Amino acid sequence: MSLTLSLHTSPEVPVEADVISPDRLNNLNESALSALPVFHGNVQAKIGDFFKVQGQYNGEIRVEGDLSKVKHIGAGMTSGRLIVNGDVGAHLGAGMQGGKIIVDGNVADWAASEMTGGRIIIKGNAGHMLGSSIRGSATGITGGEIIVHGNARNEAGQAMRNGLIVIGGNSEDLTGVNMLSGTIIVLGKMGIRTGAGMKRGTILSMHDADLLSTFTYACTYHPTYLRLYLTYIKKLGFQIDDAKLSGNYERWAGDSIELNRGEILLYRN
Amino acid sequence: MKIKSTEIVDTFAEAFKMCGSRVIITAETREWAMAAAQSMTGFATSVIGCKCEAGIERELPADETPDQRHGVSVLLFAMNAEGVGKRLVERIGQCVMTCPTTACYNGLVSGTTVSVGDQLRYFGDGHQISKVLDNRRMWRIPVMDGEFLVEESFGVQEAVGGGNLLLLGKDQKATLRAASAATKAMHAVPGIILPFPNGVVRSGSKVGSKYKSLPASTNDAYCPTLRGSVNNSMVPLAVNCVMEIVIDGLDVKAVEECMRVGMYAAAKPGIKQITAGNYGGNLGQFHIHLHKTINGN
Repeated sequence: MSLTLSLHTSPEVPVEADVISPDRLNNLNESALSALPVFHGNVQAKIGDFFKVQGQYNGEIRVEGDLSKVKHIGAGMTSGRLIVNGDVGAHLGAGMQGGKIIVDGNVADWAASEMTGGRIIIKGNAGHMLGSSIRGSATGITGGEIIVHGNARNEAGQAMRNGLIVIGGNSEDLTGVNMLSGTIIVLGKMGIRTGAGMKRGTILSMHDADLLSTFTYACTYHPTYLRLYLTYIKKLGFQIDDAKLSGNYERWAGDSIELNRGEILLYRN
Repeated sequence: MKIKSTEIVDTFAEAFKMCGSRVIITAETREWAMAAAQSMTGFATSVIGCKCEAGIERELPADETPDQRHGVSVLLFAMNAEGVGKRLVERIGQCVMTCPTTACYNGLVSGTTVSVGDQLRYFGDGHQISKVLDNRRMWRIPVMDGEFLVEESFGVQEAVGGGNLLLLGKDQKATLRAASAATKAMHAVPGIILPFPNGVVRSGSKVGSKYKSLPASTNDAYCPTLRGSVNNSMVPLAVNCVMEIVIDGLDVKAVEECMRVGMYAAAKPGIKQITAGNYGGNLGQFHIHLHKTINGN
């Protein structure tokens, strides 16, 4: 039986629960797990104050309930599998290095910030600053995969240096702002100021976009490498029709206020 | 031992340890993928004269290739991993990158890798772009029809070169027919190539020569025209033509299976003997006995 944490008391203010991670819960029995410290606002509390703990860690942790006020779940995790049933609070998987998080719900802001490895799958929507750097830091995610089946809000992939972000729905403004490298695929529409300040990297959308004047049209062509990416995400459950797999894409180079080595690809036909 | 009316000589093929790699070439159409593969495997019959041995393993349907396009699988062998790496850079650079619409992927998972895309990327003159997907790094090199996509590293593994069959026939026509039937059957075995033209070599060689500068020379023991001239002729009276099929494989089991299939396919009317070339067993690391191979041992 895998380890299950079921929320029995909804916190009044956010709970900082970075202990909910395979690295921290491994090899502990139920009573030890329940006694692990969390911060409820500025007050130290115990996991058991909010969660009913059942089972023992066997490579998988299940967390259930309305977790929209529970922050930092899976932060820094290096391995294992974390399944979240319900909406979850900010900083999910922040600094994650390995393993897998699956969220059957929506996630709040700052999910997967400064992630370096592993994979996060979000079946609902993501908040602002998905896979971004934390304020004051120059670099966002440097590896791993963030897969969002719904929409993402502003600044998805901000300052990302490597890795893959897939957004099945729409992304709001400033997608890939200050991006250094890596790949962002948005199957829906993107908001304004996409790729502002990007140095390198790829932002792909299946729809037209209102681009900054510092991006220059290069050509309309069929990038072979996209077939690899689209085939890959198709296997992850996204619907990619053959027309997009073998279709043509406009290539826009930018941002010319920076290195001008980034690209925005927009599906044409 | 006989298969039908053909005698299988109780001898062995002496094969050598080599290093092998698998290259997956894709393109917009089957024709362009095949054009690149044929170009890449040209002048790659013998490691002695060509620095490597290469051939087409098989065509790949679109659903078996990384980018879901038509593909061709090529195997390339050299005497060591360094040699494989050098030849891959040369041949992918000159024959695949130059061919319209192609992309080139590693087809062999191995702990030993050689750098290929990582060398070819410099052709991009600073405009090349790296992409990492699923822990595999690819290089996008801008070219005039768009981009050439090539994987950074290719796997190399220990392999077997120089498996062989000698078909001894009553005349050229019968021997050629048997050789064609054999190579057609042998091509269906995965993990092998037949590096010579259409899989067949008529100029089999022996080690050394009366001329000091030559490392190899004609296999006079199997030249029908020399039956009366040399002391060591192996050509029986009723035999007037000999053809050889050379096999390189990613492992010895594949080579054995290929030889077994080849012997059954070649045993046709007009083929008096099937034998194999060896050097007394002192040079090659692999001795593939024909009788044991037929018996599945």
